[in-house]
Amino acid sequence: MSWQPRASLTVIRERARVYRQIRAFFNTRGFLEVDTPLLMPTTSTEVNIASIEVTHGLRPLYLQTSPEYAMKRLLAAGCGSIFQICHAFRQGESGRLHNIEFSLLEWYRVGYDYHRLMQEIELLITTLSLHRCSFSYVSYRQLFARSMQLDIDRVSVGELRRRCADAVPGADCVELDRDQCLDLLLAAVIAPSMQDYLFVYDYPLSQAALARANPNDSSVAERFELFHNGIELANGFSELTDAVQQRARFEKDIQARRERGLPELDIDERLLGALESGIEDCAGVALGLDRLLMVLLGLDSIEEALTFRD
Amino acid sequence: MASYSTNEFRGGLKIMIDGDPCAIIENEFVKPGKGQAFNRVRIRNLKTGRVLDKTFKSGETVEAADVIDIEMQYLYSDGEFWHFMDPQTYEQQAADANAVGDAYQWLKAQDNCQVTLYNGSPIGVTPPNFVELEITETDPGLKGDTAQGGTKPATLETGAVVKVPLFLEIGELVKVDTRSGEYMSRVKK
Repeated sequence: MSWQPRASLTVIRERARVYRQIRAFFNTRGFLEVDTPLLMPTTSTEVNIASIEVTHGLRPLYLQTSPEYAMKRLLAAGCGSIFQICHAFRQGESGRLHNIEFSLLEWYRVGYDYHRLMQEIELLITTLSLHRCSFSYVSYRQLFARSMQLDIDRVSVGELRRRCADAVPGADCVELDRDQCLDLLLAAVIAPSMQDYLFVYDYPLSQAALARANPNDSSVAERFELFHNGIELANGFSELTDAVQQRARFEKDIQARRERGLPELDIDERLLGALESGIEDCAGVALGLDRLLMVLLGLDSIEEALTFRD
Repeated sequence: MASYSTNEFRGGLKIMIDGDPCAIIENEFVKPGKGQAFNRVRIRNLKTGRVLDKTFKSGETVEAADVIDIEMQYLYSDGEFWHFMDPQTYEQQAADANAVGDAYQWLKAQDNCQVTLYNGSPIGVTPPNFVELEITETDPGLKGDTAQGGTKPATLETGAVVKVPLFLEIGELVKVDTRSGEYMSRVKK
């Protein structure tokens, strides 16, 4: 059994360099660095995110899948623009690009929308990068049109399943719903052909998560993701600040969890309380730091970026 | 029947696919951050040897295949079956041509092989990585021609034909890599 760290000393030092520069970037831009608990009594209700439950006393506690809910409560408390570097945990996620415990940089910019936030990310990554970076932007709809000649607004679920079965050998697509088909095509077919840094924005409203609907096009949410050579690095939104809509989304999640036989979770009433008390319009993003290190240093797997993987 | 969740997928795991026992060669976990997770696996059908790709929704379960690999000693062939014995229990197994596949050309009595049993019957035979076999047929050796790179075909005692250096003679023992079918070295008797 090896006691040595998994990451090389170079990677360990680069991580320190990146963290130093991130803190300098946000401190000079007027952000407040915050710290929120990793272990909390509520967790994300999203159907595709599984939390690790920790047994302690009478009530369950969950290792946080992201610091989002807690940071929004800080926004409601009047902290202004905030950032945090922390760990997050996701049950069952393990592979070349996944580890159940990973590092996140999450920040919320008061007064920004998602487009301005994408520009801020571009600036941050350019600052951190050792090489020249090239960024491009495409809407989710355009991405499917140009990569797969698919009109996602018109295509039927049946046709989507056929396209999945054609494009992904050995995929049993009969039981996939619309969003699952889109997820499979994006992950297995489209992402591998992406080049350089690419922002994909305006996700379908059915994949809005905690993003607000686009006021000019109610079929999409003001949500984006950043990819580098097809590796997903960041996910961000113009944040949904409406407590009523947020409760409706939570209830929909809980219904969907029940239908799929997933663990039942309580709605985070504290988050809803914070939204009810009011938070300013803002945009927020979570950026995976292990994957960012992979990209910055040209590593082949997330494992090489992890300090330890025992 | 035992089953595996996709979370347990890893190289070498034996699972049932479309009614046939298969071994996982590669397992790739893909997941858009907020989307559905999938396991994309490359598997080998242990009966036919065919390699195919499968994609599962993560969290699905797949029936486990009752497949074990055991070390057995090769005894003899009766023309229809190849007979092996477990050196621990002395239990014997007869493998047919389908199960033995290309391995037949490396099987020498008393050598230890890996026999793959599915529901207790042989479906595959893997010879040792290296075997030492006697040359039974080849063109006469060229004396002194040890330095040059030329080769000639030689038939070995098991029937396998491999390329050997020109200086080797009938009756000599050679070491062969069974994975590539390549001559490795001459073996002193």
